[in-house]
Order: sequence, then C-alpha cells, then structure tokens
Amino acid sequence: MKSRKVNVLVWVGSLLLGATASAATAGEVNAAVAANFTAPVQQIAELFQKETGHTVKLSFGSSGKFYSQIKEGAPFDVFLAADEKNPKLLEQEGLAVANTRFVYALGKLVLWSAQPGFVDAKGAVLRKDNSNKIAYTDPKLAPYGLAAKETLGKLGLWDVVQSKLVTAESISQAYQFAATGNAELAFIALSQITKDGKVTEGSWWIVPAHMYNPIRQSAVQLSAAKDAAASQAFLAFLKSDKAAAIIRSFGYELP
Amino acid sequence: MATLDPSDLQAVWLTLKLASVSTFLLLLIATPLAWWLAHSGKWYKGMVAAVVALPLVIPPTVLGFYLLLLMGPHGVVGELTTAMNLGRLPFTFAGLVIGSVLFSMPFAVQPIQSAFEAIGKRPLEVAATLRASAWDRFLSVALPLARPGFLTAIILAFAHTVGEFGVVLMLGGNIPGETRVISVAIYNHVEALEYGAAHWLAGGMVLFSFIVLLGLYLAGGRSWKGAR
Repeated sequence: MKSRKVNVLVWVGSLLLGATASAATAGEVNAAVAANFTAPVQQIAELFQKETGHTVKLSFGSSGKFYSQIKEGAPFDVFLAADEKNPKLLEQEGLAVANTRFVYALGKLVLWSAQPGFVDAKGAVLRKDNSNKIAYTDPKLAPYGLAAKETLGKLGLWDVVQSKLVTAESISQAYQFAATGNAELAFIALSQITKDGKVTEGSWWIVPAHMYNPIRQSAVQLSAAKDAAASQAFLAFLKSDKAAAIIRSFGYELP
Repeated sequence: MATLDPSDLQAVWLTLKLASVSTFLLLLIATPLAWWLAHSGKWYKGMVAAVVALPLVIPPTVLGFYLLLLMGPHGVVGELTTAMNLGRLPFTFAGLVIGSVLFSMPFAVQPIQSAFEAIGKRPLEVAATLRASAWDRFLSVALPLARPGFLTAIILAFAHTVGEFGVVLMLGGNIPGETRVISVAIYNHVEALEYGAAHWLAGGMVLFSFIVLLGLYLAGGRSWKGAR
C-alpha cells in the first residue's frame, strides 16, 4: 500500500517535471479544426509532435462557430476551416496573418447509409421512396450542406426531398444520425467514413465533383497566435508530403 | 434592425406547445410518483428518487444521445414504436415531448413531493376519522394543501422545457414547425451571424424567464403567508 502511494507521488512528480521541461523547449499550437477533418488532423498532429516536440491541442467544431469565437478573442493559433470563406473573412478583418492562407484539402461529398447495399453507385436511391429521412447540415452554415443542396438541385430533387431533410448541427451529427439508423441517408464528408484509403461500412455514393462547387478547405495562421514559430511550423507540416499522404488516405484530394 | 421572420414565430409557437404538452403530461405522471415517494417506506424508494433526480445532474446531451439510440431503429423503444405502426420518434414532435418529460421530471416531482411531505399524516388521519375514503382524502385534503407545490411544479416544468436545448439538439433534427424550438433557432441565428434576429429571440427568453421566476417568488410569498 505504502509503496503504491510513493509510486503515485513519483509518477505525479515526473509528470509535472516533464511538463515544465517540455514547455521550456517546445512550443504549443492551439488549432481550431473543422469537424470533417477530425481523423486526419489527429494523425498529422501526432506525427508533427513526434518530429518537432511541439504539442498541438485540437478543438473540433463547425467553421462558422469558430469564426464567431475567434472574432470574440478565442485563444486559437491556427484555423483549419471547412471552407475558404471564413478564413478569408478573418484575413480581411485583420484577425488572420496575411499571406498565410492556403487550401490544405479539397473536400469530397458522399451520400452514405449505414445499411449495406442501400445506396447504389449512382445515387439513384434519392429518387426512390424507400427512405424516410435524409440528414445533412445547414447549407447556410456548412460547406458540405451547401454542396448537398447544390447536388440535390442539379438532380432536380431539392423540392421533392424537402419533407425528408433533417438538419444536423454539425457534419459529425449528420453522420451520427445515419450511423444510429435514425436517418436512412446522410450527406457527409467522404473523410468521415474512410479509413486507410478505404470505405468499409454501410453503402455509399461518392457524389461526382461536377455536381457541386469545390469545397476548398483552407487553413490560416491567426494574428493572436502566441507561439508564431510553432504555428508556422505546424502549417508548413500540413503542406508537407507526409501530411499530404495522410490527407489523401482519408479520401480528400489536394489542390 | 432585423426582426423576427415567420419561421421564428413558428419556433415560438412550437416551443409554447411543447412546454404546455410536456407540463400537462408531467403533472399526470409526477403527482402519483411524488405521492408514492412522500409516503412509501419501500427499500427501493431511494433508488427511484435518485433516478427521478438524474436529469438534474447528467448533461442533456447524454440524455439526448441515449434517447436517440433507444428510439432509433435498433433501439428497444424504436422497435416497439415501429411494431405498433407509430413510426419512429426521433425528429418528431412526439419524440421531443418524451425527451422533455424525462428531462423536466425532477422539476415537477420534487416540489410536489415536498408539498405532500409538508402536509404530514395528521390532516389525512383526521379526514379518515371523518370517514373520508382514500380517494376523497387525496382529492379534498392533500391536493388543496399541496397547491403551492403544484404551482411551483407547473411553472418550473414549463419554464425548464422552454429553456431546453441539449436534448432537442440531439433528437430534433431542426425541422421547422416540428422540432425547431426557440433555443435551436437562436443557436442557428448566432451561427449564421444573424445577431439581430438572435437578439430578439434571446432577449425575449431572458425577459420570459425573469417574469416566470418573479411570478414564482411572488406567488410563493403569498402562499407561504397564507399558510401561516
């Protein structure tokens, strides 16, 4: 019993020491990341931490929400948005560092169902009447929601499916609605269902790129960045070949 | 300055409808439950009381998440409602009512329970010696004496349902006229940077909450004096 107590003390002590020691040598990056990029950025950040010793703290959410929060002084150093609009706005308002913005990934829209064999390879399931609910995100707020609206418009189905549409708060929730089976279909990001370059669960239709305007996911360094060097290093790493390989493995394309 | 559009008014109406229906159902459920909690000596009474109080402690998103799973096609409740040809509950008004009733349960049960406990056994025993039946004792002795508790329960349950957000967000799907209540509408306006419309709704909520609480304290003060 006694030795266990001592062990805990040593463990806590080394943790504290370790924390202060690494704080002295390495920087910290607080990143606001669009929800659809959750899985890839976790891998990228892990690799980045291993190579540079900098720590990366990731926060996930919708780009619109992050925009409002950054405007109100949220302590983020870099912003990986799901679109180009929000980083651009921040740049114009002087809240992002000029000439640091770049497109880190081109998003791909997918129509997905948790049921295998439900979605066909051409998305004809949208014309059938066997689905109750289609989850998507608010086109006014979310780029993937807008892409879904554009796609439905191109198919001439926007008016037809109105009564079936369920608006999720974020693209993660759209996935959750479909994963739990509460919505038969969901318009989500290909990255959410891709692992190691493959989609393994449910059934899906990768919406052809000509059916919606490109989803240019853009990153930018924020003016309030406390550790500018570490932030720049992270953004540079995001452009590296290593990061590109990870990004591609989740179904994104690169510009 | 931006004002409320028809969809906002629809959200206001829907919120009031949700709160009224939920409060009504809560009274039907909470009254016998509170009576039992106030008078039972069963060993599992503590357990029931704890379950009733659970929504006070767990985050609404947790409740919403489990309800989504339970009411979904693979959940027990979902399978039951589908078998009964009622369809599925998530993304419907009925689903929100169930979520609200569970979420506001402690706000209805606890004031009524306290009121029943405050009456004590004596008035009921006296009524019994006058040959009042159990039902009669409940209706003409316990209920009138517990009135302040009921008033508090009604106001709190109603107001708490109006202010609900997490459960609705998890279960609702933000469908205008069906599940898009005020709190979700505010959230959407803020996300879309429509601060004008958000202010109208949010300010209205603050004013409403204040009036409700003020009414509660004034009514409480009066009935406390009356009791003395």
